[in-house]
Amino acid sequence: MIQMTAEAAEATRTEPVVQMSGVSVSFPGVKALQSVGLTLRAGEVHALMGENGAGKSTLIKALTGVYSIDEGTIIVGGEPRTFHSPAESQAAGISTVYQEVNLCTNLTVAENMLLGREPRSFGRIDTRAMNRRAGETLTRLGLDIDPKSQLGTHPIAIQQLVAIARAVDIDAELLILDEPTSSLDADEVAKLFEVMRTLRAEGVAIVFVSHFLEQVFAISDRMTVLRNGQFVGEYLTAETTQLQLVQAMIGRELETLDKIEQAAEEHTVKTQGAPLLEVLDLGRKGSVESVDLQVFEGEVIGIAGLLGSGRTELARLLFGADTPDRGDMRMRSKGTKLRTPRQAIDHKIAFSSENRRSEGVIADLSIADNMVLAMQASRGWLRPIPARTKDRLVKKYIEALDIRPTDPNALMRNLSGGNQQKVLLARWLITEPELLILDEPTRGIDIGAKAQIQQLVADLAKDGMSVVFISAELEEVLRLSDRLVVMRDRRKIDERANEDVTVSDVLEIIAGEVRNDA
Amino acid sequence: MRDLGLRFVRHNLFWPTLALVLLLLLNLTKTPDFFSLRVQDGHLYGSLIDILRNSAPTLLIALGMTLVIATRGIDLSVGAVAAISGAVACTYMAGSPDESTAGRAIIAMTMAVGVAVLLGVWNGFLVSVLGIQPIIATLVLMTAGRGLAMLITDGQITTVNNSLFGKVSTGFVVGLPIAILIALAVFAITAVLTRRTALGMLIEAVGINPEASRLAGVRARTITWTVYVFVAFCSGIAGLMIASNTSAADANAAGLFIELDAILAVVIGGTSLAGGRFSLTGTLIGAMFIQTLATTIPTMGIPAETNYLFKAVVVIVVCLLQSPKARAALSVRRPSSLLAKGATS
Repeated sequence: MIQMTAEAAEATRTEPVVQMSGVSVSFPGVKALQSVGLTLRAGEVHALMGENGAGKSTLIKALTGVYSIDEGTIIVGGEPRTFHSPAESQAAGISTVYQEVNLCTNLTVAENMLLGREPRSFGRIDTRAMNRRAGETLTRLGLDIDPKSQLGTHPIAIQQLVAIARAVDIDAELLILDEPTSSLDADEVAKLFEVMRTLRAEGVAIVFVSHFLEQVFAISDRMTVLRNGQFVGEYLTAETTQLQLVQAMIGRELETLDKIEQAAEEHTVKTQGAPLLEVLDLGRKGSVESVDLQVFEGEVIGIAGLLGSGRTELARLLFGADTPDRGDMRMRSKGTKLRTPRQAIDHKIAFSSENRRSEGVIADLSIADNMVLAMQASRGWLRPIPARTKDRLVKKYIEALDIRPTDPNALMRNLSGGNQQKVLLARWLITEPELLILDEPTRGIDIGAKAQIQQLVADLAKDGMSVVFISAELEEVLRLSDRLVVMRDRRKIDERANEDVTVSDVLEIIAGEVRNDA
Repeated sequence: MRDLGLRFVRHNLFWPTLALVLLLLLNLTKTPDFFSLRVQDGHLYGSLIDILRNSAPTLLIALGMTLVIATRGIDLSVGAVAAISGAVACTYMAGSPDESTAGRAIIAMTMAVGVAVLLGVWNGFLVSVLGIQPIIATLVLMTAGRGLAMLITDGQITTVNNSLFGKVSTGFVVGLPIAILIALAVFAITAVLTRRTALGMLIEAVGINPEASRLAGVRARTITWTVYVFVAFCSGIAGLMIASNTSAADANAAGLFIELDAILAVVIGGTSLAGGRFSLTGTLIGAMFIQTLATTIPTMGIPAETNYLFKAVVVIVVCLLQSPKARAALSVRRPSSLLAKGATS
């Protein structure tokens, strides 16, 4: 409440670009937003925080005219407005960049930036003027990208920045960034933040939605927290701690995380005898160079590294998702070659991909079918899983993993990210694997589900399952793993027991190599 | 009671079934004895039997097409494969000295279906191993296949005189036309193979997300390949029916545009061209609908040549019903949201 008065003083100083108050949106059977407010000021980065399903996307869509609001007012530039389509809100200076880049990869950077607003002369598109104008905008944002290059030739991170440059070119007064960093590595995030700071200095109001707390604290000036479609509060970032923010977002699950950490510390693994999995000189041209690795029974191996370090590529080789072109692999001391996922599954290896939507979820099938898919595939189509066994397994995992909704016939597409991830984990646990490879199992899901999944990994390892755990969040890797493998530039650069290793130690290992090379 | 009605309306076969029933009733207005069945020499006769019998080739191909479409594919070559199948059977019989014996007919038909299956292997290879887009891959055989059939028949309409072969389309067993029994048998076998085993679920998984299915250990390539072989098998049998109907192989006209009817039957039956969930019963209803439409048009006194125009109208209506925007516009707003609007405004 003290903050509110401080804000009142502040508010008189800067006129809000957008003020939403008492906004309610409902869908059949659900109240998605109940009387929520959001105030956005020029020259400020405003973080919109909340778990999955808290109403962040709904609020953004209500503002940009994708959804119509049932109650409440939206004031833009001092005037009450109601937008009926994203095009209307864009005309009013509100630009949105979504998590997935919605651009045309077969067009050039400049064409993408000026799509629909191409400069013309004599009725024809003036390519030269277009490239010049795109180049100017890119330079203004400090981006060294050739406007004439084809968009598809750039990595996702650059495409994301082009999407932002496009939004900026529209002369947006308000820029909404919906999870722009979820596929970027640290350097790319730094680049994005530079662009955001440039825009902030120019007086643009920015809404930043992200699951990464560190990033939110690094870039935002102010935060609005939502929970279950309700407004929890608005906070000044400088006066708020991470703990306060997390408590505002969820309230309770923090204790669980502490418990997992304790359990992982108490958990000990015998690394004598024959390892469950051993690879020597494993590699594939263009993805991973010669990796040696041993995984023992009941051990959690954490793989740390930046995006593009080869951590995902290594996981794919271990599962046969990509075929290795060099090296040996031994499972339970028996030499083996994995050329297809199917062979890996026969060797009791399971792999949950980082791309949940494109490589995991079968959106139009039910929870039950999604869960039994891997088991059914390895039994072959002629031996369907008996209905009773299927019901029992599905019911068991819906309960054990606390999956919502609990209806096994619900379509996978209607589940939240966290629940989809749990169904995919169940898909693999049903096959009773000896080695479980998890690539970014907690990406893009809310803190509650995150804690549950981490707890699950700790429990599985205690019961003797070996786990390879990959995550961009180093805290998470360190919390869970017994042994730590660090990768960089497609090579394994370090391996050590996870005893008293801190996040900054890991960062130094990664960065230390950079200095040696330079 | 209202809930039951609502569930009935929401069932995905409600609209196709309703359309079929309405079309049948329309016939009744012009032909009062439309639904009547006669028994003559122990055989059933009547308009309904004619519709069933004439729809058999389309239904057969549409069944195979359903599975292909479920894997996100399409097969444009089915008509050409049917023509080749008929050409192989007739040319073989016409060329042998004992043309009219039952043994020849059986060998000829086995050979024809065998050749069709080989063509399916070819299509499946192009799509699943070489990764060529299905519409392009099967276009190859759609155009080249007619030429191949012409080569086999030497450019002639090859007629045969074989009573067993003729029976495939015109014969009766236990009072019903053999063509219907064959089509229904293939329908039943396909339904059992896909729904009593896990095949249907695996096909749907591959159609919805091929990469996720592969990573879950599904042999996506084998499944894709198999459905192309299966549709070619169905086309082969359909080709025999078509040739049997006239006791002749016409490389140019046999099964012409049947791929479009088959695809239309699948889509009317509610299977999306985007792949994924499929309904064999829907396809059955779809095939019946198309044949009933073809029968209705002359009955109503409209020239039969305008058939395509009416099919086009059906295509437009089906597309509209499947488009999310049209659905949203058509659907009655729920009372609760109406009340909410009323309260705020």
